[in-house]
Amino acid sequence: MADIDTLPSTDEAPAEVNPVGGIDQAVGDFQYNVNYEFDAGTGLSEDTVRYISSVKKEAPWILEFRLKALKTFLDKPMPTHWATKDLENIDFSKIRYYLSQGQKPKRTWDEVPDDIKKTFERLGIPEQERKFLAGVEAQFDSEAAYSNIKDIVAKQGVIFCNSTEALREHPEIFKKFFGKVIPTGDNKFSALNSAVFSGGSFIYVPPGVKVAQPLQAYFRINAENFGQFERTLIIADEGAEVVYMEGCTAPKFSTSTLHSAVVELVALKGAKIQYITVQNWANNVFNLVTKRGVAHEDAEIKWIDCNIGSRLTMKYPGVVLKGKRARGEVISIALANDGQHQDTGAKMIHAADDTTSVVVSKSISVGQGRATYRGQVHIPKHLKGCKNNTECDALLINTNSRTDTYPAITVRGDTHSVQHEASVSKVNEEQIFYMQQRGLTEAQAMSLAVNGFVNDLVRQFPMEYSVELKRLIDLEMEGSVG
Amino acid sequence: MSALTELFAAPGLDSTRFATHLSQRSYLPDWWLETKKAAWNQFCALPMPSRTDETWRFSSLSTLDLAGFELPEDASQHIPNLSDFPHAAEIIFSNRQLVARSTVPADLVAKGVIFAPLDDAIVQHGELIKKYFQKLPANLGSEKFVALNTAFSASGALLFVPKGVEITEPFVVQHTLSGANKATFPHTIVILEDNAKATLVEFFVSADKGRHLASGVNDLHAGPGAQLIYVGAQNWSADTLAFQTNSIVAERDAKVLSLNVHLGGRQARHESHSRLLGPGAHSEMLALTVATGDHEFDQRTLQTHVAPNTTSNLLYKNALLDKATTIFSGLIIVEPDAQKTDAYQKNRNLLLSDEAEAHSLPGLEIQANDVRCSHGSTSSRIEPEQEFYLQARGINPEAAKQMLVFAFFEEVLNKLENEALHASLSTLIESKFKK
Repeated sequence: MADIDTLPSTDEAPAEVNPVGGIDQAVGDFQYNVNYEFDAGTGLSEDTVRYISSVKKEAPWILEFRLKALKTFLDKPMPTHWATKDLENIDFSKIRYYLSQGQKPKRTWDEVPDDIKKTFERLGIPEQERKFLAGVEAQFDSEAAYSNIKDIVAKQGVIFCNSTEALREHPEIFKKFFGKVIPTGDNKFSALNSAVFSGGSFIYVPPGVKVAQPLQAYFRINAENFGQFERTLIIADEGAEVVYMEGCTAPKFSTSTLHSAVVELVALKGAKIQYITVQNWANNVFNLVTKRGVAHEDAEIKWIDCNIGSRLTMKYPGVVLKGKRARGEVISIALANDGQHQDTGAKMIHAADDTTSVVVSKSISVGQGRATYRGQVHIPKHLKGCKNNTECDALLINTNSRTDTYPAITVRGDTHSVQHEASVSKVNEEQIFYMQQRGLTEAQAMSLAVNGFVNDLVRQFPMEYSVELKRLIDLEMEGSVG
Repeated sequence: MSALTELFAAPGLDSTRFATHLSQRSYLPDWWLETKKAAWNQFCALPMPSRTDETWRFSSLSTLDLAGFELPEDASQHIPNLSDFPHAAEIIFSNRQLVARSTVPADLVAKGVIFAPLDDAIVQHGELIKKYFQKLPANLGSEKFVALNTAFSASGALLFVPKGVEITEPFVVQHTLSGANKATFPHTIVILEDNAKATLVEFFVSADKGRHLASGVNDLHAGPGAQLIYVGAQNWSADTLAFQTNSIVAERDAKVLSLNVHLGGRQARHESHSRLLGPGAHSEMLALTVATGDHEFDQRTLQTHVAPNTTSNLLYKNALLDKATTIFSGLIIVEPDAQKTDAYQKNRNLLLSDEAEAHSLPGLEIQANDVRCSHGSTSSRIEPEQEFYLQARGINPEAAKQMLVFAFFEEVLNKLENEALHASLSTLIESKFKK
């Protein structure tokens, strides 16, 4: 697997291949900038941060914010007393913290590892999307093709752009909410993101506006979204509703080893936000993401999170239930195959009366894969009538598969109702036998059983994702039997 | 030793006191005195738990103050009678001193049953103690307090039941403490050989309202096919700092039931580790807690499945009143070879006050695939409909609440299948509700 050391150096002459090969250039009206002049180099220092900020022509307050975050990052120890030791293998000095557009397209399709190519094939991803997902090229044509969605929502007053643009064009809204849900010092990786963030989406939905179609980052992505430190901020004003989707079922092939995003959601009174992530990282990536939303009175935030791939994922989407009757939900699926550790979970912080939260987590461990659920439900004093229900189910496929569950529940007061239930099991042998009786091979039967295990959750995904997810599970289950 | 001087600034359990404790026991075998010295050194070397210790998550650390405690000199005159149920034999300690001991029935002695105070057992049955003493090291966070226990242990007992001997009536060990700033360090060892069957009931109580320190340790060993029931009931004073660490080992086809009743203490921490070593082994881990005032009850458990085809079941129920806090942190570990494990863990918290706080951390670490493991945790109040139903039948609200709490506990007490003991424990629990 390629790692950071094999990333082509910036001094190298562009490869012979056409960097935009495979794209029908007749589609869309785009310009392609082949001058890849911005590169912050490897390692992290104050200079790196100043460099990023200057390239982006940022206001002084944001540079100050970044520098302060850098200090916090450097001061904060790694979370070692509970987290996996694998975190210690991240070499921060070897990471590139900023590459401007165009750096990645220099890679050729030949450099993409075979197993990733195979996944693309099997999922039936169109060639154009394959190349984009493999980071071989930027999908400017899609920007054009889908920009009409952006236009439609703009007519409703919705702002949908990347975070750099938002900083420039909507500083008044951006500044008001930015870094408020997830403070810089929340954890070491949120501090890192705050120092070097680049790319990510900004969405503002005005009061009462219900965005009919899901907003998809993937189809409006521009070069900056390749950023491994993206920063997303979504604000749904009073009574507004929005669905946001990111990621894809195909592997995101990255030569970087660290992905550390921060996603902040703000649902004002009566608003609804649904955030759907389907991620399938290449096996060398440390995926350390902080995601949290604040739900005000009668608001609802729902995280739908699917984690596949990566070497180590640590991600615990959370909701702070700040207003009365606010509702939070986390639906998560994790699939850990050989050499992977999916350390995922959910945080529900109740901070107002009559708030309710639901967590449903399903994990599958294949081969030597390890899936961990880590959760937190917190109901502090002086609240009334809060409810939480958490369900975790883990499925173990092979004898050496591993799963862990570590919830932490704090309840204060006598008017609440909290329940947590987790179960660990293997695929029902009778089911497999029954399916084999009807002519399925053991592997097919196993895939069907695993798909059945996650089916009620997969149905909550948009159609095109749920179809690909099923295929992906088939693929992951191949060779895992026996 | 300097860390120690800080811990015990006031005259108390310092190295001088430890030296005296040893010299008073010069009649005991050297290996035992060496064990104690090693434990004392370990106690001095181990740091106090800190905020970053995952095993102490949610625990109050600022109140873990060991300063000023001392060993009691004289036994108290007041010894409550707690064993009001038929029993085989009884050993009573008051302020670490043996004050009463009933004779073990002759037929049991003839069969080789040993039930003796700890110090006697060390002299007479040294080899047996050596074989089973702390064979399962403490690993749930209280290592320091376990070391302190070994250094100063004097009270405690050995129950040994040889192969095939079955005894229905329980053995009883009672520890009573009185006087201000007094400390006690009980250590009880239960060894059941192949297919033996026995019950041990242990009481820990304060005879007055003094500020007390108690750090107890138990080694419970059930050999192949053995059936052991252990009941530990503590009702320390409201100003006691209490630690109790139980180790349970179950060999092939052994069945162990342990029930811990927690009623007293300002801050009480209980650790219980079951290790299932042979196929067919089963551990039933039960606990009942009534938490009142601003007291903290901290319970940490571990169910380790080492061998295949083993089962364990944990049920910890807490009733929380006033401003009390409970912490339950449990873990089921299924080791890679422990296929066909069936393990369950449940923590249920009944919150009876708006200021009571329950923390629950039920955990699973599963490394074998052909298993059935699950856990559950609930924190809620009494159903208002249930209260209403009882009140509608003329029962006053307070009594109705108490009845519902007892109904909540019945599920656990019923598992004892011993009516007299069940009734005795119910009475003890009831006393906690009478203010």
